Amino acid sequence: MDDAPVSAGEPVIALRGVTAELGSRPVLRGIDLTVRRGEVVALLGANGSGKSTAIRTVIGQVPVSGGEVEIFGTPRRRFRDWKRVGYVPQRTTAAGGVPATVTEVVSSGRLSRARFGLLRKADREAVRRALELVGMADRAKDSVDALSGGQHQRVLIARALASEPELLIMDEPMAGVDLASQEILAETLRAQVAAGASVLLVLHELGPLEPLIDRAVVLRDGCVLHDGPPPEAVGQHALPGHDHVHPHTSDITPVRTGLLS
Amino acid sequence: MEFLDSAFMQRALLAAVLVGITAPAIGIYLVQRRQALMGDGIGHVAMTGVGLGFLLSTSPVWMAMAVSVVGVVIMELIRWYGKTRGDIALAMLFYGGMAGGVMLINLAPGGSTANLQSYLFGSLSTVSQSDLTAICVLAGFVALVTIGLRRQLFAISQDEEFARVTGLPVRVLNLLVAVTAAATVTVAMRVVGLLLVSALMVVPVAAAQQLTRSFAATFAIAVAIGVTTTLGGTITNYYVEIPPGATIVLLTIAAFIVFSLIATPLARRRARAAANAAGDPAACAIEARIPGQAGAEA
Repeated sequence: MDDAPVSAGEPVIALRGVTAELGSRPVLRGIDLTVRRGEVVALLGANGSGKSTAIRTVIGQVPVSGGEVEIFGTPRRRFRDWKRVGYVPQRTTAAGGVPATVTEVVSSGRLSRARFGLLRKADREAVRRALELVGMADRAKDSVDALSGGQHQRVLIARALASEPELLIMDEPMAGVDLASQEILAETLRAQVAAGASVLLVLHELGPLEPLIDRAVVLRDGCVLHDGPPPEAVGQHALPGHDHVHPHTSDITPVRTGLLS
Repeated sequence: MEFLDSAFMQRALLAAVLVGITAPAIGIYLVQRRQALMGDGIGHVAMTGVGLGFLLSTSPVWMAMAVSVVGVVIMELIRWYGKTRGDIALAMLFYGGMAGGVMLINLAPGGSTANLQSYLFGSLSTVSQSDLTAICVLAGFVALVTIGLRRQLFAISQDEEFARVTGLPVRVLNLLVAVTAAATVTVAMRVVGLLLVSALMVVPVAAAQQLTRSFAATFAIAVAIGVTTTLGGTITNYYVEIPPGATIVLLTIAAFIVFSLIATPLARRRARAAANAAGDPAACAIEARIPGQAGAEA
Protein backbone atom coordinates (compact mmCIF):
# COMPACT_ATOMS: atom_id res chain seq x y z
CA MET A 1 0.00 0.00 0.00
CA ASP A 2 3.03 2.23 0.32
CA ASP A 3 2.92 3.13 -3.36
CA ALA A 4 -0.56 4.69 -3.11
CA PRO A 5 -0.45 8.21 -4.54
CA VAL A 6 -0.43 10.68 -1.70
CA SER A 7 -2.29 13.50 -3.40
CA ALA A 8 -4.35 11.77 -6.06
CA GLY A 9 -7.88 12.78 -6.89
CA GLU A 10 -10.31 15.32 -5.49
CA PRO A 11 -10.85 15.77 -1.75
CA VAL A 12 -13.55 13.56 -0.22
CA ILE A 13 -13.27 15.31 3.14
CA ALA A 14 -12.10 18.89 3.54
CA LEU A 15 -11.93 20.83 6.80
CA ARG A 16 -10.78 24.44 6.50
CA GLY A 17 -10.09 26.52 9.58
CA VAL A 18 -12.62 24.58 11.63
CA THR A 19 -13.26 25.69 15.19
CA ALA A 20 -15.59 23.96 17.63
CA GLU A 21 -16.48 24.22 21.30
CA LEU A 22 -17.82 21.67 23.74
CA GLY A 23 -19.72 23.70 26.30
CA SER A 24 -17.62 26.87 26.43
CA ARG A 25 -14.28 25.07 26.13
CA PRO A 26 -12.61 25.44 22.71
CA VAL A 27 -11.73 21.96 21.44
CA LEU A 28 -10.75 22.77 17.85
CA ARG A 29 -8.91 26.05 17.26
CA GLY A 30 -8.90 26.22 13.47
CA ILE A 31 -7.78 22.95 11.92
CA ASP A 32 -7.23 22.13 8.24
CA LEU A 33 -7.61 18.53 7.19
CA THR A 34 -8.02 17.00 3.74
CA VAL A 35 -8.62 13.40 2.73
CA ARG A 36 -8.32 12.77 -1.00
CA ARG A 37 -9.91 9.96 -2.93
CA GLY A 38 -8.18 6.65 -2.24
CA GLU A 39 -6.18 8.03 0.66
CA VAL A 40 -5.91 6.56 4.16
CA VAL A 41 -5.41 9.33 6.69
CA ALA A 42 -4.80 8.68 10.38
CA LEU A 43 -5.71 11.31 12.94
CA LEU A 44 -3.36 11.00 15.90
CA GLY A 45 -2.93 12.82 19.18
CA ALA A 46 -3.23 12.54 22.92
CA ASN A 47 -6.52 12.19 24.75
CA GLY A 48 -8.30 15.54 24.66
CA SER A 49 -6.35 16.78 21.62
CA GLY A 50 -9.60 17.06 19.63
CA LYS A 51 -9.28 14.13 17.26
CA SER A 52 -12.69 12.61 18.03
CA THR A 53 -14.30 16.05 17.91
CA ALA A 54 -12.74 16.68 14.50
CA ILE A 55 -14.31 13.48 13.17
CA ARG A 56 -17.63 14.31 14.79
CA THR A 57 -17.76 17.70 13.05
CA VAL A 58 -17.52 15.82 9.75
CA ILE A 59 -20.58 13.67 10.49
CA GLY A 60 -22.46 16.62 11.98
CA GLN A 61 -22.59 15.31 15.53
CA VAL A 62 -20.66 18.33 16.84
CA PRO A 63 -21.62 21.77 15.45
CA VAL A 64 -18.77 23.88 14.11
CA SER A 65 -18.46 27.47 15.29
CA GLY A 66 -16.25 28.57 12.40
CA GLY A 67 -14.64 27.36 9.19
CA GLU A 68 -15.94 24.98 6.55
CA VAL A 69 -16.56 21.24 6.41
CA GLU A 70 -17.09 19.60 3.04
CA ILE A 71 -17.87 15.98 2.18
CA PHE A 72 -17.41 14.95 -1.46
CA GLY A 73 -17.16 18.64 -2.32
CA THR A 74 -20.56 19.48 -0.79
CA PRO A 75 -20.88 21.65 2.33
CA ARG A 76 -21.74 19.35 5.25
CA ARG A 77 -25.07 21.07 5.89
CA ARG A 78 -26.28 20.33 2.38
CA PHE A 79 -24.76 16.86 2.13
CA ARG A 80 -27.49 14.19 1.82
CA ASP A 81 -25.74 11.31 0.07
CA TRP A 82 -24.95 9.42 3.29
CA LYS A 83 -24.95 6.00 1.63
CA ARG A 84 -21.46 6.88 0.35
CA VAL A 85 -20.19 7.20 3.93
CA GLY A 86 -19.58 4.38 6.41
CA TYR A 87 -19.14 5.47 10.01
CA VAL A 88 -17.70 3.50 12.91
CA PRO A 89 -18.28 5.34 16.20
CA GLN A 90 -16.33 4.73 19.37
CA ARG A 91 -17.65 1.49 20.72
CA THR A 92 -19.20 2.96 23.84
CA THR A 93 -21.94 4.73 21.89
CA ALA A 94 -23.70 1.59 20.67
CA ALA A 95 -25.45 0.06 23.64
CA GLY A 96 -29.18 -0.49 23.46
CA GLY A 97 -31.33 -1.59 26.37
CA VAL A 98 -32.95 -4.45 24.43
CA PRO A 99 -31.23 -7.56 23.01
CA ALA A 100 -30.39 -7.42 19.31
CA THR A 101 -28.70 -9.91 17.02
CA VAL A 102 -25.59 -9.26 14.98
CA THR A 103 -27.68 -9.26 11.80
CA GLU A 104 -30.20 -6.79 13.23
CA VAL A 105 -27.43 -4.34 14.17
CA VAL A 106 -25.61 -4.66 10.85
CA SER A 107 -28.89 -4.24 8.93
CA SER A 108 -29.16 -0.69 10.35
CA GLY A 109 -26.15 0.17 8.22
CA ARG A 110 -28.07 -0.76 5.10
CA LEU A 111 -30.93 1.67 5.76
CA SER A 112 -29.18 4.43 3.82
CA ARG A 113 -29.64 2.35 0.68
CA ALA A 114 -33.01 0.77 1.49
CA ARG A 115 -36.01 2.76 0.38
CA PHE A 116 -38.65 3.25 3.14
CA GLY A 117 -36.58 0.97 5.36
CA LEU A 118 -37.57 -2.13 3.43
CA LEU A 119 -34.74 -4.62 3.15
CA ARG A 120 -34.94 -6.52 -0.11
CA LYS A 121 -33.06 -9.65 -1.02
CA ALA A 122 -30.11 -7.66 -2.38
CA ASP A 123 -29.94 -5.71 0.90
CA ARG A 124 -29.93 -8.85 3.03
CA GLU A 125 -27.24 -10.20 0.73
CA ALA A 126 -25.13 -7.05 1.31
CA VAL A 127 -25.53 -7.45 5.09
CA ARG A 128 -24.36 -11.05 4.86
CA ARG A 129 -21.37 -10.02 2.73
CA ALA A 130 -20.40 -7.33 5.23
CA LEU A 131 -20.48 -9.93 8.00
CA GLU A 132 -18.30 -12.26 5.96
CA LEU A 133 -15.77 -9.49 5.37
CA VAL A 134 -15.17 -9.18 9.11
CA GLY A 135 -15.40 -12.92 9.75
CA MET A 136 -18.60 -12.75 11.80
CA ALA A 137 -21.02 -14.57 9.47
CA ASP A 138 -21.14 -17.58 11.81
CA ARG A 139 -22.32 -15.34 14.68
CA ALA A 140 -25.10 -13.67 12.64
CA LYS A 141 -27.92 -14.88 14.91
CA ASP A 142 -26.14 -14.32 18.22
CA SER A 143 -26.98 -11.43 20.52
CA VAL A 144 -24.41 -8.63 20.34
CA ASP A 145 -24.27 -8.71 24.14
CA ALA A 146 -22.67 -12.16 23.94
CA LEU A 147 -19.68 -10.91 21.92
CA SER A 148 -16.19 -9.98 23.08
CA GLY A 149 -14.95 -6.41 22.64
CA GLY A 150 -13.08 -7.28 19.47
CA GLN A 151 -16.02 -9.15 17.96
CA HIS A 152 -18.32 -6.27 18.82
CA GLN A 153 -16.00 -3.86 17.04
CA ARG A 154 -16.01 -6.13 13.98
CA VAL A 155 -19.82 -5.98 13.99
CA LEU A 156 -19.75 -2.18 14.07
CA ILE A 157 -17.37 -2.17 11.11
CA ALA A 158 -19.62 -4.60 9.23
CA ARG A 159 -22.50 -2.19 9.93
CA ALA A 160 -20.49 0.62 8.31
CA LEU A 161 -19.61 -1.60 5.34
CA ALA A 162 -23.20 -2.73 4.77
CA SER A 163 -23.98 0.31 2.63
CA GLU A 164 -20.90 -0.38 0.47
CA PRO A 165 -19.45 3.09 1.18
CA GLU A 166 -16.72 4.94 -0.71
CA LEU A 167 -15.55 6.73 2.41
CA LEU A 168 -14.97 5.16 5.81
CA ILE A 169 -14.80 7.32 8.94
CA MET A 170 -13.66 5.42 12.01
CA ASP A 171 -13.20 6.60 15.59
CA GLU A 172 -10.57 4.48 17.37
CA PRO A 173 -11.47 1.21 15.62
CA MET A 174 -8.65 -0.63 17.41
CA ALA A 175 -9.40 0.47 20.98
CA GLY A 176 -9.81 -2.52 23.27
CA VAL A 177 -9.65 -5.00 20.39
CA ASP A 178 -7.83 -8.33 20.81
CA LEU A 179 -4.97 -9.24 18.48
CA ALA A 180 -6.92 -11.72 16.36
CA SER A 181 -9.63 -9.11 15.71
CA GLN A 182 -7.03 -6.40 15.03
CA GLU A 183 -5.62 -8.51 12.24
CA ILE A 184 -9.03 -9.23 10.74
CA LEU A 185 -9.81 -5.52 10.88
CA ALA A 186 -6.50 -4.61 9.21
CA GLU A 187 -7.18 -7.18 6.51
CA THR A 188 -10.74 -5.89 5.98
CA LEU A 189 -9.53 -2.33 5.73
CA ARG A 190 -6.81 -3.28 3.28
CA ALA A 191 -9.37 -4.95 1.00
CA GLN A 192 -11.57 -1.82 1.15
CA VAL A 193 -8.64 0.44 0.29
CA ALA A 194 -7.60 -1.86 -2.55
CA ALA A 195 -11.15 -1.55 -3.91
CA GLY A 196 -10.80 2.24 -3.94
CA ALA A 197 -12.23 3.36 -0.59
CA SER A 198 -10.95 6.47 1.18
CA VAL A 199 -10.46 6.28 4.94
CA LEU A 200 -10.22 8.78 7.78
CA LEU A 201 -9.55 7.17 11.11
CA VAL A 202 -8.74 8.26 14.62
CA LEU A 203 -6.00 6.16 16.13
CA HIS A 204 -4.26 6.14 19.44
CA GLU A 205 -1.27 4.44 17.83
CA LEU A 206 -0.58 3.16 14.34
CA GLY A 207 -0.25 -0.50 15.36
CA PRO A 208 -1.08 -3.17 12.77
CA LEU A 209 -2.63 -0.55 10.45
CA GLU A 210 0.74 1.18 9.98
CA PRO A 211 1.48 -0.20 6.48
CA LEU A 212 -1.91 1.01 5.21
CA ILE A 213 -1.60 4.62 6.23
CA ASP A 214 -0.66 7.18 3.59
CA ARG A 215 -0.62 10.24 5.78
CA ALA A 216 -0.89 11.12 9.43
CA VAL A 217 -2.33 14.28 10.92
CA VAL A 218 -1.29 14.87 14.51
CA LEU A 219 -3.39 17.14 16.70
CA ARG A 220 -2.40 18.84 19.93
CA ASP A 221 -4.72 21.10 21.92
CA GLY A 222 -7.06 21.47 18.96
CA CYS A 223 -4.37 22.51 16.48
CA VAL A 224 -2.63 20.56 13.71
CA LEU A 225 0.91 19.76 14.85
CA HIS A 226 1.99 17.58 11.93
CA ASP A 227 0.53 16.72 8.53
CA GLY A 228 2.57 14.39 6.38
CA PRO A 229 4.01 10.91 6.23
CA PRO A 230 3.14 8.74 9.22
CA PRO A 231 5.66 9.19 12.01
CA GLU A 232 8.38 6.53 12.12
CA ALA A 233 8.50 4.22 15.08
CA VAL A 234 10.77 6.60 16.98
CA GLY A 235 8.67 9.62 16.15
CA GLN A 236 5.52 7.78 16.97
CA HIS A 237 6.83 6.89 20.39
CA ALA A 238 7.63 10.51 20.93
CA LEU A 239 4.01 11.54 20.31
CA PRO A 240 2.26 13.11 23.26
CA GLY A 241 0.14 10.61 25.08
CA HIS A 242 1.53 7.57 23.34
CA ASP A 243 1.29 4.56 25.58
CA HIS A 244 3.23 1.49 24.73
CA VAL A 245 0.77 -1.30 23.99
CA HIS A 246 2.33 -2.65 20.81
CA PRO A 247 1.29 -6.09 19.68
CA HIS A 248 4.70 -6.54 17.95
CA THR A 249 6.37 -8.11 20.94
CA SER A 250 3.97 -11.02 21.03
CA ASP A 251 5.43 -14.28 19.72
CA ILE A 252 2.21 -16.26 19.70
CA THR A 253 0.88 -14.85 16.42
CA PRO A 254 3.09 -15.98 13.54
CA VAL A 255 0.36 -15.24 10.95
CA ARG A 256 0.66 -11.57 11.66
CA THR A 257 3.56 -10.79 9.37
CA GLY A 258 1.94 -12.71 6.57
CA LEU A 259 -1.24 -10.67 6.79
CA LEU A 260 0.41 -7.32 6.87
CA SER A 261 3.46 -7.61 4.66
CA MET B 1 -67.61 -17.34 27.86
CA GLU B 2 -70.69 -15.62 29.30
CA PHE B 3 -68.63 -12.46 29.86
CA LEU B 4 -68.72 -11.88 26.08
CA ASP B 5 -72.44 -11.18 26.18
CA SER B 6 -72.47 -7.79 27.85
CA ALA B 7 -71.77 -4.75 25.69
CA PHE B 8 -69.54 -3.07 28.25
CA MET B 9 -67.46 -6.20 28.56
CA GLN B 10 -67.00 -6.36 24.78
CA ARG B 11 -65.78 -2.77 24.83
CA ALA B 12 -63.53 -3.46 27.79
CA LEU B 13 -61.98 -6.50 26.11
CA LEU B 14 -61.33 -4.67 22.85
CA ALA B 15 -59.75 -1.75 24.72
CA ALA B 16 -57.67 -4.18 26.77
CA VAL B 17 -56.34 -6.00 23.69
CA LEU B 18 -55.40 -2.72 22.01
CA VAL B 19 -53.55 -1.56 25.11
CA GLY B 20 -51.85 -4.95 25.39
CA ILE B 21 -50.50 -4.55 21.85
CA THR B 22 -49.60 -0.87 21.79
CA ALA B 23 -48.00 -0.33 25.19
CA PRO B 24 -45.17 -2.88 24.78
CA ALA B 25 -44.86 -2.03 21.06
CA ILE B 26 -43.76 1.55 21.78
CA GLY B 27 -42.28 0.66 25.17
CA ILE B 28 -39.60 -1.51 23.56
CA TYR B 29 -38.09 1.54 21.84
CA LEU B 30 -38.16 3.54 25.07
CA VAL B 31 -36.41 0.67 26.89
CA GLN B 32 -33.90 0.40 24.05
CA ARG B 33 -33.15 4.15 24.35
CA ARG B 34 -32.88 3.75 28.14
CA GLN B 35 -35.85 6.06 28.67
CA ALA B 36 -37.96 3.44 30.40
CA LEU B 37 -39.57 6.01 32.68
CA MET B 38 -40.64 8.38 29.91
CA GLY B 39 -44.11 6.78 29.87
CA ASP B 40 -44.47 7.62 33.54
CA GLY B 41 -43.63 11.25 32.84
CA ILE B 42 -46.15 11.44 30.00
CA GLY B 43 -48.76 9.96 32.33
CA HIS B 44 -48.17 12.79 34.80
CA VAL B 45 -48.43 15.44 32.08
CA ALA B 46 -51.62 13.86 30.69
CA MET B 47 -53.36 14.60 34.02
CA THR B 48 -53.47 18.26 33.07
CA GLY B 49 -55.26 17.19 29.88
CA VAL B 50 -57.83 15.20 31.84
CA GLY B 51 -58.42 18.18 34.12
CA LEU B 52 -58.75 20.48 31.12
CA GLY B 53 -61.25 18.06 29.56
CA PHE B 54 -63.46 18.27 32.65
CA LEU B 55 -63.12 22.03 32.90
CA LEU B 56 -64.08 22.59 29.25
CA SER B 57 -66.64 19.74 29.25
CA THR B 58 -64.94 18.07 26.30
CA SER B 59 -63.59 14.55 25.97
CA PRO B 60 -60.88 13.98 28.59
CA VAL B 61 -59.31 11.34 26.30
CA TRP B 62 -58.67 13.73 23.41
CA MET B 63 -57.65 16.54 25.78
CA ALA B 64 -55.17 14.18 27.47
CA MET B 65 -53.80 13.32 24.02
CA ALA B 66 -53.41 16.99 23.06
CA VAL B 67 -51.71 17.99 26.32
CA SER B 68 -49.39 14.99 26.40
CA VAL B 69 -48.30 15.68 22.81
CA VAL B 70 -47.41 19.22 23.85
CA GLY B 71 -45.62 17.72 26.88
CA VAL B 72 -43.50 15.27 24.85
CA VAL B 73 -42.56 17.94 22.33
CA ILE B 74 -41.25 20.03 25.24
CA MET B 75 -39.42 16.95 26.58
CA GLU B 76 -37.73 16.39 23.22
CA LEU B 77 -36.77 20.07 22.98
CA ILE B 78 -35.21 19.82 26.44
CA ARG B 79 -33.30 16.75 25.29
CA TRP B 80 -31.96 18.63 22.23
CA TYR B 81 -31.01 21.94 23.76
CA GLY B 82 -30.93 22.06 27.53
CA LYS B 83 -28.65 19.16 28.30
CA THR B 84 -27.15 20.57 31.48
CA ARG B 85 -30.28 20.91 33.64
CA GLY B 86 -32.43 18.52 31.61
CA ASP B 87 -33.48 16.30 34.51
CA ILE B 88 -34.60 19.26 36.62
CA ALA B 89 -36.63 20.66 33.71
CA LEU B 90 -38.28 17.26 33.22
CA ALA B 91 -39.11 17.01 36.93
CA MET B 92 -40.82 20.39 36.78
CA LEU B 93 -42.75 19.36 33.68
CA PHE B 94 -43.92 16.09 35.27
CA TYR B 95 -44.99 17.46 38.62
CA GLY B 96 -46.34 20.64 37.07
CA GLY B 97 -48.52 18.40 34.88
CA MET B 98 -49.78 16.43 37.86
CA ALA B 99 -50.47 19.53 39.98
CA GLY B 100 -52.13 21.21 37.00
CA GLY B 101 -54.49 18.25 36.61
CA VAL B 102 -55.55 18.31 40.27
CA MET B 103 -56.00 22.09 40.18
CA LEU B 104 -58.04 22.16 36.97
CA ILE B 105 -60.36 19.35 37.96
CA ASN B 106 -61.22 21.11 41.21
CA LEU B 107 -61.97 24.29 39.29
CA ALA B 108 -64.36 22.42 36.99
CA PRO B 109 -68.06 22.83 37.89
CA GLY B 110 -69.00 19.95 40.18
CA GLY B 111 -65.56 18.43 39.73
CA SER B 112 -63.42 17.03 42.49
CA THR B 113 -60.27 14.99 42.81
CA ALA B 114 -62.51 11.91 42.99
CA ASN B 115 -63.23 12.32 39.24
CA LEU B 116 -59.53 11.77 38.60
CA GLN B 117 -59.64 8.35 40.23
CA SER B 118 -60.84 6.48 37.14
CA TYR B 119 -58.10 8.10 35.00
CA LEU B 120 -55.35 7.52 37.52
CA PHE B 121 -56.00 3.83 38.03
CA GLY B 122 -58.16 2.92 35.06
CA SER B 123 -61.83 2.11 34.96
CA LEU B 124 -62.79 -0.50 32.40
CA SER B 125 -66.47 -0.55 33.31
CA THR B 126 -66.86 3.10 32.32
CA VAL B 127 -65.26 2.84 28.85
CA SER B 128 -67.83 4.50 26.60
CA GLN B 129 -68.44 4.06 22.89
CA SER B 130 -66.74 7.39 22.13
CA ASP B 131 -63.77 6.44 24.32
CA LEU B 132 -63.48 3.23 22.34
CA THR B 133 -63.48 5.09 19.02
CA ALA B 134 -60.64 7.29 20.25
CA ILE B 135 -58.75 4.25 21.55
CA CYS B 136 -59.11 2.43 18.19
CA VAL B 137 -57.89 5.41 16.15
CA LEU B 138 -54.90 6.04 18.42
CA ALA B 139 -54.02 2.34 18.63
CA GLY B 140 -54.06 2.13 14.83
CA PHE B 141 -51.62 5.04 14.66
CA VAL B 142 -49.32 3.48 17.27
CA ALA B 143 -49.31 0.10 15.50
CA LEU B 144 -48.59 1.73 12.15
CA VAL B 145 -45.59 3.65 13.51
CA THR B 146 -44.08 0.94 15.71
CA ILE B 147 -44.37 -1.85 13.13
CA GLY B 148 -44.11 0.09 9.87
CA LEU B 149 -41.03 2.06 10.91
CA ARG B 150 -39.45 -0.65 13.07
CA ARG B 151 -36.09 -0.63 11.26
CA GLN B 152 -35.72 3.13 11.43
CA LEU B 153 -36.84 3.28 15.06
CA PHE B 154 -34.54 0.38 15.92
CA ALA B 155 -31.62 2.24 14.33
CA ILE B 156 -32.18 5.56 16.14
CA SER B 157 -32.84 3.82 19.45
CA GLN B 158 -29.79 1.55 19.18
CA ASP B 159 -27.24 4.19 18.15
CA GLU B 160 -28.50 7.70 17.46
CA GLU B 161 -25.12 8.97 16.27
CA PHE B 162 -24.75 6.20 13.72
CA ALA B 163 -28.35 6.58 12.57
CA ARG B 164 -27.65 10.23 11.74
CA VAL B 165 -24.79 9.16 9.45
CA THR B 166 -27.10 6.77 7.58
CA GLY B 167 -29.10 9.89 6.64
CA LEU B 168 -32.17 9.08 8.76
CA PRO B 169 -34.14 12.16 9.91
CA VAL B 170 -33.23 11.43 13.51
CA ARG B 171 -34.98 14.43 15.09
CA VAL B 172 -38.23 13.80 13.22
CA LEU B 173 -38.16 10.13 14.19
CA ASN B 174 -37.39 10.99 17.82
CA LEU B 175 -40.39 13.31 17.84
CA LEU B 176 -42.50 10.58 16.27
CA VAL B 177 -41.48 8.11 19.01
CA ALA B 178 -42.40 10.72 21.63
CA VAL B 179 -45.79 11.49 20.04
CA THR B 180 -46.50 7.78 19.65
CA ALA B 181 -45.68 7.25 23.32
CA ALA B 182 -48.12 10.04 24.17
CA ALA B 183 -50.81 8.36 22.06
CA THR B 184 -50.15 5.08 23.85
CA VAL B 185 -50.47 6.67 27.26
CA THR B 186 -53.83 8.06 26.19
CA VAL B 187 -54.95 4.67 24.87
CA ALA B 188 -53.92 2.92 28.08
CA MET B 189 -55.28 5.59 30.43
CA ARG B 190 -58.82 4.15 30.61
CA VAL B 191 -57.60 0.57 31.04
CA VAL B 192 -54.66 0.61 33.46
CA GLY B 193 -54.69 4.30 34.42
CA LEU B 194 -52.13 7.06 34.07
CA LEU B 195 -50.07 6.01 37.07
CA LEU B 196 -49.69 2.43 35.90
CA VAL B 197 -49.30 3.02 32.12
CA SER B 198 -45.54 2.94 32.23
CA ALA B 199 -45.52 -0.53 33.79
CA LEU B 200 -47.31 -1.99 30.78
CA MET B 201 -44.80 -0.29 28.46
CA VAL B 202 -41.73 -1.52 30.29
CA VAL B 203 -42.39 -4.72 32.24
CA PRO B 204 -43.49 -6.98 29.31
CA VAL B 205 -40.33 -5.90 27.43
CA ALA B 206 -38.16 -6.58 30.46
CA ALA B 207 -39.83 -10.00 30.90
CA ALA B 208 -39.43 -10.94 27.22
CA GLN B 209 -35.76 -10.07 27.08
CA GLN B 210 -35.00 -12.57 29.82
CA LEU B 211 -35.43 -15.23 27.16
CA THR B 212 -34.57 -13.60 23.85
CA ARG B 213 -31.48 -12.82 21.83
CA SER B 214 -33.06 -10.76 19.03
CA PHE B 215 -35.03 -7.54 18.91
CA ALA B 216 -37.73 -9.09 16.72
CA ALA B 217 -38.37 -11.91 19.19
CA THR B 218 -38.36 -9.49 22.13
CA PHE B 219 -40.98 -7.39 20.32
CA ALA B 220 -43.24 -10.38 19.57
CA ILE B 221 -43.03 -11.91 23.05
CA ALA B 222 -43.50 -8.54 24.79
CA VAL B 223 -46.69 -7.92 22.79
CA ALA B 224 -47.88 -11.47 23.56
CA ILE B 225 -47.31 -10.86 27.29
CA GLY B 226 -49.08 -7.51 26.99
CA VAL B 227 -52.17 -9.02 25.34
CA THR B 228 -52.28 -12.03 27.70
CA THR B 229 -52.05 -9.95 30.85
CA THR B 230 -54.53 -7.27 29.77
CA LEU B 231 -57.06 -9.90 28.73
CA GLY B 232 -56.38 -11.91 31.90
CA GLY B 233 -56.86 -8.83 34.08
CA THR B 234 -60.05 -7.80 32.32
CA ILE B 235 -61.65 -11.25 32.51
CA THR B 236 -60.65 -11.66 36.15
CA ASN B 237 -62.29 -8.33 36.83
CA TYR B 238 -65.56 -9.69 35.43
CA TYR B 239 -65.71 -12.46 38.02
CA VAL B 240 -63.95 -10.92 41.00
CA GLU B 241 -64.34 -7.39 42.29
CA ILE B 242 -60.68 -6.33 42.04
CA PRO B 243 -59.21 -3.32 40.23
CA PRO B 244 -58.30 -4.38 36.66
CA GLY B 245 -55.37 -1.96 36.20
CA ALA B 246 -53.59 -3.20 39.29
CA THR B 247 -54.38 -6.83 38.34
CA ILE B 248 -52.86 -6.35 34.89
CA VAL B 249 -49.69 -4.76 36.21
CA LEU B 250 -49.24 -7.45 38.85
CA LEU B 251 -49.73 -10.11 36.16
CA THR B 252 -46.95 -8.57 34.03
CA ILE B 253 -44.63 -8.58 37.03
CA ALA B 254 -45.55 -12.24 37.65
CA ALA B 255 -44.65 -12.93 34.01
CA PHE B 256 -41.32 -11.21 34.56
CA ILE B 257 -40.57 -13.39 37.59
CA VAL B 258 -41.56 -16.60 35.80
CA PHE B 259 -39.46 -15.70 32.74
CA SER B 260 -36.47 -14.82 34.91
CA LEU B 261 -36.71 -18.21 36.63
CA ILE B 262 -36.82 -20.01 33.26
CA ALA B 263 -33.98 -17.86 31.91
CA THR B 264 -31.19 -19.08 34.19
CA PRO B 265 -31.19 -22.79 33.17
CA LEU B 266 -31.85 -21.77 29.56
CA ALA B 267 -28.84 -19.44 29.47
CA ARG B 268 -26.67 -22.16 31.02
CA ARG B 269 -27.75 -24.66 28.37
CA ARG B 270 -27.12 -22.15 25.58
CA ALA B 271 -23.65 -21.34 26.92
CA ARG B 272 -22.83 -25.06 27.05
CA ALA B 273 -24.09 -25.56 23.48
CA ALA B 274 -22.07 -22.57 22.27
CA ALA B 275 -18.93 -23.86 23.99
CA ASN B 276 -19.40 -27.31 22.43
CA ALA B 277 -19.91 -25.78 18.98
CA ALA B 278 -16.75 -23.69 19.34
CA GLY B 279 -14.81 -26.69 20.63
CA ASP B 280 -13.88 -24.92 23.84
CA PRO B 281 -13.61 -27.08 26.92
CA ALA B 282 -16.10 -26.12 29.58
CA ALA B 283 -13.41 -25.64 32.24
CA CYS B 284 -9.76 -24.65 32.30
CA ALA B 285 -7.62 -27.58 31.19
CA ILE B 286 -4.30 -26.09 32.25
CA GLU B 287 -3.38 -26.55 35.87
CA ALA B 288 -2.26 -23.26 37.28
CA ARG B 289 1.05 -23.49 39.03
CA ILE B 290 1.28 -20.85 41.67
CA PRO B 291 4.62 -20.74 43.45
CA GLY B 292 4.37 -21.16 47.17
CA GLN B 293 0.89 -22.62 47.14
CA ALA B 294 1.98 -26.01 45.81
CA GLY B 295 4.47 -26.36 48.67
CA ALA B 296 1.83 -25.44 51.21
CA GLU B 297 -0.52 -28.14 49.98
CA ALA B 298 2.09 -30.88 49.98
